[in-house]
Amino acid sequence: METSLGKPNATAIFFFFVFIVMTLGITGWAARKTKTTSEFFAAGSKVTGLQNGLALAGDFMSAASFLGIAGLVASSGFDGLIYSVGWLVGWPVVTFLVAEPLRNLGKYTFADVVAYRLRQTPVRIASAIGGLTVVAFYLIAQMVGAGSLVNLLFGLPYEGAVVAVGVVMLAYVLFGGMIATTWVQIVKAVLLLGGATVLAIMVLAKFSMSPLRLFDAAAAKYTVSVLAPGKLVSSPVEAISLGLALMFGTAGLPHILMRFYTVPDARTARTSVLYATGFIGLFYLITFVLGFGAAVLVGRDTIKAVDKGGNMAAPLLAEVVGGTGFLGFISAVAFATILAVVAGLTLSGAAALSHDLWVNVVRKGKTDEREQMLVARVATVVLAVVAIVLGIAFKGQNVAFMVGLAFAIAASANFPALLLSITWKRFTTNGAVASMVTGTVTAILLIALSPTVQVDLLKHQEALIPLKNPGIVTIALSFIVGIVVSLAKPEPEAQSKFAEVARRMHLGPTH
Amino acid sequence: MHAMDADRERKLAALAAQRWRVALALTGVMLFTYFGFILLVAWNKEGLGALVTPGLSWGILLGALVIVVAWAVTGIYVRWANRVYDPALAELKKED
Repeated sequence: METSLGKPNATAIFFFFVFIVMTLGITGWAARKTKTTSEFFAAGSKVTGLQNGLALAGDFMSAASFLGIAGLVASSGFDGLIYSVGWLVGWPVVTFLVAEPLRNLGKYTFADVVAYRLRQTPVRIASAIGGLTVVAFYLIAQMVGAGSLVNLLFGLPYEGAVVAVGVVMLAYVLFGGMIATTWVQIVKAVLLLGGATVLAIMVLAKFSMSPLRLFDAAAAKYTVSVLAPGKLVSSPVEAISLGLALMFGTAGLPHILMRFYTVPDARTARTSVLYATGFIGLFYLITFVLGFGAAVLVGRDTIKAVDKGGNMAAPLLAEVVGGTGFLGFISAVAFATILAVVAGLTLSGAAALSHDLWVNVVRKGKTDEREQMLVARVATVVLAVVAIVLGIAFKGQNVAFMVGLAFAIAASANFPALLLSITWKRFTTNGAVASMVTGTVTAILLIALSPTVQVDLLKHQEALIPLKNPGIVTIALSFIVGIVVSLAKPEPEAQSKFAEVARRMHLGPTH
Repeated sequence: MHAMDADRERKLAALAAQRWRVALALTGVMLFTYFGFILLVAWNKEGLGALVTPGLSWGILLGALVIVVAWAVTGIYVRWANRVYDPALAELKKED
């Protein structure tokens, strides 16, 4: 098949510029409404349930999940569904365990909740380390993805693409803060869901609108094994471990948790996750159809010839069923997706740097609005520069494992401390710090020694640790360390303030 | 913070405990469903590869069902919280 992928595509460039002009317009409007830190970090807590649901879904429907899962399904069929399902089931857990307590107890970051009744300085430093590590790995994966994607889609040089993403994203966050970031995320979520749905309908139209006929056609073309589990899940331990990290990682991602502060109350927080779960589940079902569509209509060989990782399955499919114009549209949407996700990540990193480290650790909570805003903006610029530098430094590296690493750290470093701080009276400052540090360090260490890095990346014969997904070990360790250290030395002040936490968690800040 | 009398403190504690029970029970359902699916994938690859009808394997059917369960438990929780928990909480707040 002849593809125009990789050649400058007039439609792609047109849609891309429309998106940039529109989102910069939104940023200009948002900038006029962004005067306080509450507006900068939490959009003044005025976002509605549906809006936040779309924004949450937008944060989660990254280019990696759109292009990556469609590619995985195209190349290995059923196995792609295992990832989709794992990524979705974290959301009900977020709804049940953390959404409402976060909204009622915190202000801008998840550290607000962990540190509520504990000593501020040590807890804020430890949670900033956990949070920033997650953000850093996630950012590297997104920036490297952005560079390669733009290179593949439009034929632009890698470095130019990374700088362009960094600069546009900086404009959103620096001037428009959370208001702009939320709206960019909403626009992108609608475009991505809409584009993917139209593409799926065009594919299914060729199979009398029946997904089963499509799957059957795939089975006829590549044998029925495409509908059965393949090599992805090799052992039960590995499977449970991956599942735990995907499930609890969502409840520990700083840029996701931060979104619960953008809504006015606990009720809106829970409604917004219901919307998000609906959109994300639907999106994964559609992506599954797209993957099979690409396998049948484009063909595995063609997909692999364009990109070894299979990431171009969805854009190629768009070209086959909708022509160059539709390819351009889908490419522009994929790029917009990266921009929006990177903006959300940067904002949550800036919140950790300025709100947790500067305001609460360096200044002990004694700062005025002016200084807080200044520090927040300086932190944003610093992070944007770091993101661009890291994006260029990791050029050509296989960074797919870094999203998994980010989830493993989020599940092991942030989630246990967050959960223990709102449920267990005897949790202490030392316990929280020990738990978060253990989670961060062990997750990084076990992945560095795992077959993913040692064998796949460094080409060593074997790895010290046989486990690819460390979650089962690191999440358990983080809970155990947090509990043991807390029991070893009780903290009476923290215990006495637990009643207040328990009340406010349910009643909200005004009661 | 307003002072609450002992009776309302007790009611609030009971309501809070009820919310945690509902939340943990539904978390349990989600964990059980998901890990059940994953363990089937790990242990019974052949069974999941068997076809229900042409084009549909048990694996795809059950995978899609896990997504439906995720929707359902979230929906059940939000409905319960909006209809039972929130009004009870509002009642407690009003007595302040």
